[in-house]
Amino acid sequence: MSAHTEETLSEQHGHSDSSTKTIWKTFWILLGITCLELVIAFIHLRFNFPSVIIRNSVYLGLTLLKAFFIVAEFMHLKHEVKNLILSILVPLLFFVWFIIAFLADGVSWKNLRKDLAPGHPQTEQVATPAQHE
Amino acid sequence: MDTAITAKKKWWDGGYSPFNVSYGKLMMWFFLLSDAFTFGALLISYGTIRFSSISWPDPNEVFRSFPGAGEANLPLVFVSLMTFILIMSSVTMVLAVHEGHNRNRAGVAKWLAWTIVGGILFLSCQAWEWTHLWHEGAWWGRNPFMNQDGSPGSSNFTNFFFTITGFHGLHVTSGVILNIIILLNVLKGTYDDRGHYEMVEKVGLYWHFVDLVWVFVFTCFYLL
Repeated sequence: MSAHTEETLSEQHGHSDSSTKTIWKTFWILLGITCLELVIAFIHLRFNFPSVIIRNSVYLGLTLLKAFFIVAEFMHLKHEVKNLILSILVPLLFFVWFIIAFLADGVSWKNLRKDLAPGHPQTEQVATPAQHE
Repeated sequence: MDTAITAKKKWWDGGYSPFNVSYGKLMMWFFLLSDAFTFGALLISYGTIRFSSISWPDPNEVFRSFPGAGEANLPLVFVSLMTFILIMSSVTMVLAVHEGHNRNRAGVAKWLAWTIVGGILFLSCQAWEWTHLWHEGAWWGRNPFMNQDGSPGSSNFTNFFFTITGFHGLHVTSGVILNIIILLNVLKGTYDDRGHYEMVEKVGLYWHFVDLVWVFVFTCFYLL
């Protein structure tokens, strides 16, 4: 990035996307990814083919890819100063912990619920010695 | 200050804005960051409840209607249309920002107008979807849909669906209102007097964020 001061900055911005080509390219990429998601969804509906885990991982990957293109190109973050990019992206790392912690909590909640469900074998095992006492 | 810098630029030694953006734009970024956490919290709590449930309704069963298509089984078709509308309106917004860089008032006004049309179309689609679901008996607190394993579904499903898509719809609504205000200012020539169209960029950031959130809502509610 050539170093000039504020007055020329707006012009630099103007030059960096002086063609609308990138905009439309990003549009086609986003549309393509969405169509790919739909194709996967319909294949899964008909053939039950990619297992749910693989299908969902692919969905999440494609979603993050779409997010990248929207933030990088449409929101122009890719063309900002590194300081700004890091200030926005680093706090988002909290989500890594959020997602792991809360979803794991959800799973353990489900297991507890299963174990305590009426008629569940494990409940009987726990209940039987209690009756002896 | 037209200092040509030859050595490596020292952003934090004074003389520059370390982020190289205006105050307003930076604050818009920070607001969007906080809003990302709000939506993230909503979506993660949805995920937690879904993970903790033994079974959950199948989105392809719930969202399979299209206006005017009666009882036809069309999973994902309508929501794809909504996604397409929102992506398209994001594109028209970038084009408006682009025209703003060229200080082309008519161009900005044209693309902003299309963005507003896209936003209103999206909201209309959502209004139709909500009305349709309401007629099927779904609302906050009641869920007519069966779980995938055949057991009756819990109202967690509808509560999260209406809360999160509603919160997103509220964002789209305020985005449309902001766009209308900006368009009026453009037509009045406010930004020509000011010498730059940065306000279009700031509102544009917000509008793209709304599109970004929809990408995640689309995945979490309709695909997964």
